[in-house]
Amino acid sequence: MPQILALTGNEAVAYAMKQINPDVVAAYPITPQTSMMQKFADFVAGGEVDSEMVLVESEHSAMSATLGAQAAGARSMTATSACGLALMFEILYIASSYRLPIVMPVVNRALSGPINIQGDHSDTMGVRDAGWIHIFSENAQEAYENTLQAIRIAEHPEVLTPVMVTLDGFIISHGVETVTIFDDDKAKKFVGEYKPRYTLLDTKKPLTLGALNFSDFYFEHKATQLEAFNKSAGVILDVGREFKKTFNSTECYEFFEAYKMDDAEFAVVVLGSTAGSVRMVVDDLRSRGVAAGMIKLRVFRPFPHEELAKALKGLKACAVMDRSIAYGGDGGPVHIEVRSALYGIHPAPMMCNYIYGLGGKPIEPEHILSVFDDLKEAVVKKSFKRRVGYLNLKE
Amino acid sequence: MKKYFDAKYKELPIGGLIEEAGNAEKYVTGTWGTFKPVFNAEICIQCFFCWVYCPDSSILVKDGKVVDIDYVHCKGCAICSTECPTKPEKAIVMVKK
Repeated sequence: MPQILALTGNEAVAYAMKQINPDVVAAYPITPQTSMMQKFADFVAGGEVDSEMVLVESEHSAMSATLGAQAAGARSMTATSACGLALMFEILYIASSYRLPIVMPVVNRALSGPINIQGDHSDTMGVRDAGWIHIFSENAQEAYENTLQAIRIAEHPEVLTPVMVTLDGFIISHGVETVTIFDDDKAKKFVGEYKPRYTLLDTKKPLTLGALNFSDFYFEHKATQLEAFNKSAGVILDVGREFKKTFNSTECYEFFEAYKMDDAEFAVVVLGSTAGSVRMVVDDLRSRGVAAGMIKLRVFRPFPHEELAKALKGLKACAVMDRSIAYGGDGGPVHIEVRSALYGIHPAPMMCNYIYGLGGKPIEPEHILSVFDDLKEAVVKKSFKRRVGYLNLKE
Repeated sequence: MKKYFDAKYKELPIGGLIEEAGNAEKYVTGTWGTFKPVFNAEICIQCFFCWVYCPDSSILVKDGKVVDIDYVHCKGCAICSTECPTKPEKAIVMVKK
């Protein structure tokens, strides 16, 4: 029977890891991830998992140990946040180029500096081109369910690409919610047994992984990596469908959730926990006769350009909310992608971008309401006050 | 080795895995250099300095004697020639390819 428990997002993900039962977990503490691995360490100490837990001296080592174990043929996981992810930067690219299906929950936190420990998306957005599939979660339940699905996506023979599942620092990681933890047997059956393609420990069949690729092979190697990455899109949808069927899940496991978009005139595109607040504001506006809608983006890499363009086509105006900055770019990272998705689409909506929630800056319904007000005003005036604005900044 | 060089990118092993152990020997690096060492057996005093200093393993030895250079792997770094102690003429000299 599924259990309904009061859990933080970090604990919910630790439960997913317990059901995944990885062979090796290497970890180093960093706020706000620490309590996730702490909970998992409880499972290790209690003999509830078979995992070999390796306590390493840094995140560079955590990812290196995870990579080494995965290459040796073990299902391996780690988790991190912010500067820890930044310290892994080098090894993230190596893991994806070796096509190692590592799954890593990342608790989104602002990057230093100035130093800050609260939530924003600057950490994982900073590694958006590292060749990792990048899945966002709105709440603890989704973080749990995305982690279970991530194993199936990463290990799919056509994909073999690492996946990071993200949850917003503190808001999800430390907030307590009711979470449904699925029956162990059923979850384990869904995740399945890891059958590695090879092992580096077989002395009878010696292999080399990680050889130098000069100009004669590097580009070719990267092209194979890119094409496998693109194939992950179909696998993400298949795994989502199977997951919903297996567990009767009510969550949306497509690239994004289109909330009240069918007849919407104004919409907000958003990632992560803020989607909950936007949904509430959309409901409020709908009750007052405003045709508001929301796109809650779940999969950021691979980015669903075509699907998103179809969903946004025909809107009067839309705003993209970014919880990180892309310095010198056209607004934030999500805005850059969404605007690119709409190139050549007619009729394309009017579009603007808001930077919000940096370093844990609160985002309240009134701020989201102001975004919809700006959209309505822009349609009347046929222009935006600002192409890229701020929300809840002392200005 | 040839199967990798002749392969289209889609035919390459996933993740750059090399399934053939020890095939670095078959990787031709002798084309890299601008200069190549030329060995003169008549001057050579068989001190083996070149053999010791060669950062590859491109000094060929037969029956306990230096006999030639392995041009398939020699990258033309000129360390052998620099270390060669014979005077006034060196037993290994660098010449432009």
